[in-house]
Amino acid sequence: MSATVLEGHGTAGVVGTRMLRREDPALLSGEARFVHDLVVPGALHMAVVRSPYAHARITSVDVSVALGMPGVVAALTGADLAGEWASPMPCAWPVTADMQSPEHLPVALREACYVGDAVAVVLAGSQAEAQDAAAAVAVDYEELPAAVDLEDAARDGVLAHLDAPSNRAYTWELIPDPEAVRRAFDDAAVTVKERYVQQRLIPAAMEPRGVCVVPQPFGGEYVVYSSTQIPHILRTMLGMTAGVPEERIRVIAPSVGGGFGSKLDVYAEELLCLALARRLRRPVRWSEERSEAAQATIHGRGQVQDIELAADADGRVKAVRVHLLADMGAYLQLVTPGVPILGAFLYHGTYDVPAYSFTCTGVFTNKTPTDAYRGAGRPEATYAIERAMDALARKLGMDPAELRRRNFIGADKFPYSSVAGLVFDSGDYEAALDKALGLVGYEALRQEQAQRRSDGATKLLGVGLSSYVEMCGLAPSRVLASLHYVAGGWETATVRMLPTGKVQVVTGATPHGQGHVTSWSMIVADKLGVPPDDVEVLHSDTGLSPLGLDTYGSRSLSVGGTAIALAADRLVDKARLLAAYRLEAAPEDLELSDGQFAVRGTPSTGIGIGTLAFEAFTAHDLPEGMEPNLEASATYDPTNFTFPFGTHVAVVEVDTETGRVDLVRYVGVDDCGNQINPLIVDGQVHGGIAQGVAQALYEEASYDERGNLLTTTLADYLVPAASDLPSFTLGRTVTPSPSNPLGVKGVGEAGTIASTPAVVNAVVDALSHLGVEDLEMPVTPERVWRSIGAAAPVPGGAR
Amino acid sequence: MRVTVTVNGTTETHDVEARMLLVQYLREVRGLTGTNIGCDTTSCGACTVLLDGESVKSCTLLAAQADGEEITTIEGMAAPDGTLHPIQEAFHQHHGLQCGFCTPGMVMAVASLLKEHPDPSEAEVREGLEGNLCRCTGYHNIVQAVLSAAHSGELVP
Ligand code: FES
Ligand code: FES
Repeated sequence: MSATVLEGHGTAGVVGTRMLRREDPALLSGEARFVHDLVVPGALHMAVVRSPYAHARITSVDVSVALGMPGVVAALTGADLAGEWASPMPCAWPVTADMQSPEHLPVALREACYVGDAVAVVLAGSQAEAQDAAAAVAVDYEELPAAVDLEDAARDGVLAHLDAPSNRAYTWELIPDPEAVRRAFDDAAVTVKERYVQQRLIPAAMEPRGVCVVPQPFGGEYVVYSSTQIPHILRTMLGMTAGVPEERIRVIAPSVGGGFGSKLDVYAEELLCLALARRLRRPVRWSEERSEAAQATIHGRGQVQDIELAADADGRVKAVRVHLLADMGAYLQLVTPGVPILGAFLYHGTYDVPAYSFTCTGVFTNKTPTDAYRGAGRPEATYAIERAMDALARKLGMDPAELRRRNFIGADKFPYSSVAGLVFDSGDYEAALDKALGLVGYEALRQEQAQRRSDGATKLLGVGLSSYVEMCGLAPSRVLASLHYVAGGWETATVRMLPTGKVQVVTGATPHGQGHVTSWSMIVADKLGVPPDDVEVLHSDTGLSPLGLDTYGSRSLSVGGTAIALAADRLVDKARLLAAYRLEAAPEDLELSDGQFAVRGTPSTGIGIGTLAFEAFTAHDLPEGMEPNLEASATYDPTNFTFPFGTHVAVVEVDTETGRVDLVRYVGVDDCGNQINPLIVDGQVHGGIAQGVAQALYEEASYDERGNLLTTTLADYLVPAASDLPSFTLGRTVTPSPSNPLGVKGVGEAGTIASTPAVVNAVVDALSHLGVEDLEMPVTPERVWRSIGAAAPVPGGAR
Repeated sequence: MRVTVTVNGTTETHDVEARMLLVQYLREVRGLTGTNIGCDTTSCGACTVLLDGESVKSCTLLAAQADGEEITTIEGMAAPDGTLHPIQEAFHQHHGLQCGFCTPGMVMAVASLLKEHPDPSEAEVREGLEGNLCRCTGYHNIVQAVLSAAHSGELVP
């Protein structure tokens, strides 16, 4: 498997091993620096005055009292700052030509559109002084009716923006053959029609956001430190929005404490710190508080999903029809409108379905903007199809594993052209299902389930499956163009050898917990035949890595890692020419093994790549026309997405007397193609599962009817603790991706995509003989308990 | 007001504001930024340190309440030559951290947990770490790290 990837280059052979992370010591010892840890002399602290109303006209803002308070240097309203902006805040994904996008300024001018919308800022010598003064800014609001409920908002009952003609942002359709869909439903022996609600989620990275902008002397550049996943995109967008020439902005993301999509954005506070640093010619910083984060950092999910399946009597699915309402929140952030579209192609899941219809309407509400959150569109799609498949299995009286098996895209069908227009690269879905069922002991669980039911046990057993496929490796630039995304999907890399034979890798990918330094050094170590510890990885600083498209959408390895591998190959090609010159041999007769170039068959008379690096550096005797130094760059634009897949199985115990759900076992079998470091793959899957389970059982950003967020703290918003989760059993199948030379697919989002439907299917499965068919997320004890009371038992106790 | 606090074996006296939290004191006065702040409701545990060997959330105490006390922060865990403490080493070996933001607090909470329960069950580890949230790891590898640290026999009392 993975070893073949690197054939013909070094044989150090660390790729595929569970190498321990090189990032760890700095993080474990407390030496790593997050934005909040940076010591910046003379920095002013910014506090943001935020609207307490979901929707209000701002009739006046009076900063005079605040200005007189201790330490306060400036207090500014939206009007004071209006001249700072060259354009409103950016949305990079106008999914349709007629998409509506209300003007979004870092500080609102006349209208506040969600609780947390900025209405003024204060700068002071300390954070406490800034916060005290912010509380003294007097804002007069005229409260307006708020569009809170998504379905009401879709009917335009209340307008989320005063001047907007409607709450509709866009309607996007993917209906390749409407007639085929109609026929399939007309001819269907069985149909299911389900409605699922994807509750809003708060990403809750453990590090709240932070920004610090430091103007350099003599009209130089601005160094922007931000806890961001996207320093490169941020630099461009800051430049365009604040009207600062892009080359004068250097963005650095120091250690970043998790993102999960929430730091894949361009935020008001980043723009404000930059504009205020420019205005006052002083460093300006802002540290988000947790309760502020709940409102001012994007939310995830927020959809109402209508899904219908048409199947024949044997359970073969002939058509999938989906309509979504997607909650945009108050404004369109960086990729808000595109999130549902990332799922639009995947509502038939892992199944060979001939007819397909997808429509989505994006709707504004007076709530925190939504945007990409781990999986972005794909967890929602997987949830809908996997829940609907279980509903179909119940209707047919068929085992859900058997129904899946019948419908899988066969392993012999790849590359598979999907009805939605994608080409799935490679897969063997049944192998992953079989492995998962074997690991969990499926048959025995079914027997135990039946036994407990017939015993009348109050702790019922439920088994839930979820087979998923995701599209990762965002993204081929031409495909992005067809989806109206304004940027490309490539990634850059440079690999250079220093005079002493040490290696630097420069990447445009931006880690925030994924272990890129470890993985990239492993790839390059094997390519060059050097120890991984000799490979330094430079990242997350636009001054060091000027071009890049950053980290999201499980793209870093399949796109960024491929760029690194290609650059390393080019470096090796050049080193080979130099070695051939030195050894007086033909380049094609040389092989690189353990960092030594030698004529095939005579390894003892070789020359080391480190020696070649030094000679390329001194440049005293290079072949005619060869440039000094061993350095090579590559920009890789993928030709296709990658399609990781797998099957997860959740086992729950449901207490019928209390409604309590215990997740007692969890098995995840994933196929992410070749693995660079299975240790890191495991970790990504573990964390992903936890986040998906959290959506199923614990988390919801809930609002009251006036649009107040009720879950602003970690005491109210239930991020699971260790005691809320079991250990996970992981398995893997390996189906290399033909889309990239590493054969890799990506794994950062897989666990989240797979786990939510597995868990909810398990709870419904536990209660299905009582007539329970659906449970809204999060599946709380109260909801479970009520559903048992409301359900009508199924005659004969059918599944 | 004046407080004298021993942090990682070094005693210093400073004038601090009465409302200053211990976590701010450690970060801003003592310059020890390894202790993180992840919430404002004492929910996340990112700020966990040891006060006379017991884990406390340093956002729940005033600096003044640490007057005369001994505090250990994450910076005080590794040996002076940089050798990681067995708990830190176990986190490294078991990939018990990803972004690392929760990690300092988590390591300190584990130190206190293992002092109380030198040989904990998995359930005891999970209950014992209830006050420390991690968004990255799903806790699986943290739990593995704690169990292995407990069984390594290298833990200093
Ligand atoms: S900072 Fe969250 S508990 Fe102290
Ligand atoms: S490692 Fe990121 S929060 Fe725990």
